[in-house]
Amino acid sequence: MIEILTSHAFNTVQDHGRRGARHLGVSMSGAMDPVALEAGNALLANDRDAAGIEIQTFPFRLRFLSDTAFALTGADHESTLAGSSVRPWWCTRAKAGDILAIETPRRGARVYATFGGGIDVPRVLGSRSTHLRAGFGGFDGRTLQAGDVVPIGSTQGKSDGRFDFGVAPPDVAIAGAASAEDRVLRIRVMRAGEYDLFSEAMQTTFWSTTWKISARSDRGGYRLTGGNLTLDAPVEMRSHGVVAGVVQVPPAGEPIIQMSDANTAGGYPKMAAVIEADLWRLGQAPPGSFIAFSEVSYQAAVAAMAPVNDYLAKLRATADLYRAL
Amino acid sequence: MSLSINHPAAPFVGAIEKSPKISLIGTLAMLIEAPGDFDLVQQGRVWALADVLSSWPNVEEAVIGVTNVMLVFEQPPDDIGVVSASIVELWHRLPSRKADGKMIEIPVVYGGEHGFDLPAVATRVGLSERDVIRIHSDGEYTVCAVASSPGFGYLHGLDPRIYMPRKSVPSLNMIAGSVTIGGMQTGVAVLTSPNGWNAIGWASVTSFDPQRAQPSLMLPGDRVRFRIDRIEL
Repeated sequence: MIEILTSHAFNTVQDHGRRGARHLGVSMSGAMDPVALEAGNALLANDRDAAGIEIQTFPFRLRFLSDTAFALTGADHESTLAGSSVRPWWCTRAKAGDILAIETPRRGARVYATFGGGIDVPRVLGSRSTHLRAGFGGFDGRTLQAGDVVPIGSTQGKSDGRFDFGVAPPDVAIAGAASAEDRVLRIRVMRAGEYDLFSEAMQTTFWSTTWKISARSDRGGYRLTGGNLTLDAPVEMRSHGVVAGVVQVPPAGEPIIQMSDANTAGGYPKMAAVIEADLWRLGQAPPGSFIAFSEVSYQAAVAAMAPVNDYLAKLRATADLYRAL
Repeated sequence: MSLSINHPAAPFVGAIEKSPKISLIGTLAMLIEAPGDFDLVQQGRVWALADVLSSWPNVEEAVIGVTNVMLVFEQPPDDIGVVSASIVELWHRLPSRKADGKMIEIPVVYGGEHGFDLPAVATRVGLSERDVIRIHSDGEYTVCAVASSPGFGYLHGLDPRIYMPRKSVPSLNMIAGSVTIGGMQTGVAVLTSPNGWNAIGWASVTSFDPQRAQPSLMLPGDRVRFRIDRIEL
């Protein structure tokens, strides 16, 4: 068990999302940076779909009520356990009574706290993710608050394993993943259904603009500013299914990228879709930061997932090996 | 380079109608849009298509929209061309599914505190509030799709005499259970939230319960009737 001591808005329990319920109008939810969550689980030998806490407002403090292994992944940040510094992308063991304090990230938007055995809340429609709008899943269907006592799954059998080791984060470990000195995050997209309805000039604007992620962005979607994409003749789309990563263009012309809490249906023209291999990077882009789009083919988009999957597989294998030493 | 994978007219003997438009949304989702106007025959073909596609290997689910269906894949398909050609072939030979689901009767308190847009609807369409209520409760509606919020059914079959455009400024906190008109559609709000549709009444109905074996009261192909429980003018 852990007790939440300090939590501001929008910190929630998330796993890999609620799959297969879109046809009931239930959005997927799930971690905005699924790679970080899965890496945290791999460090702790958890199942890949174990739930953790997605922290996106800081500082966040909790108290361990029992001896518990934990890991912090995602955004680059500083944290302390019982007053001593804890490194990100590292797994550590806490003693009952220890206080973990997580500070505002230096880079990135979301920190994932994972625990040996995972956050043990009931699955609702197959997932432990919080569906905030509908108020189910996660911890009582809501954001975490001071005073909440959150159950952790049992970790028996793993308690004698070794802890205190870490890994390189994916933006360091995956070659070509980071645009290091560049302050603009380059996001790869594929064209989507209505791309050809936009004039050449508008298409050029889409590719050449450095888009700013507006302050009116959240887990539901990122609103982009910096350019206007308009259609020569407005189109009325019939309501249809959408997924995270889709770049929609409302009549006002400023694109919206749907994210983890995206509605299951939409009706705006679709310019493009962020490829799966870059969606987690976008999930770490805070409001106020800048992105630019580049185009990839279907084949290139599929191939781009290989380094991500390899990174996670290698991380899990290495962690298992190290733990057994 | 274009990634459009729309198919030309289908190469089937006797098939003169257009094929669906097929497009990708990233590597894990494919949107299939039926050609032609929105009617219940075409929507029934979408239901039938979704029924079959949802059982295909590598398909996580088939998400029904208004004359369209989105497939969500577990893994990116090896050959998108083969998948879309198979879907086009299926589209041309599948019979339309009738609105053969269950009948759902929903008692409504029309007007009153929660039906606060009823006077505006009546004024706009040039009828009395009682006539609006009578026309709405006389209708039989078909659940075309479930989307937008958990268990929210897009209901087709509203009488054109009481069409009412959506609001440009949504009502901030419309209560769950509000019976609403949005354009040429009607529905029952599932969540208490901002809502741009027009509230004409309220129904005590649990449209969605994640703990139920079938969480959604309404499913595509179901029919809905609204019964007058009470009128508060």
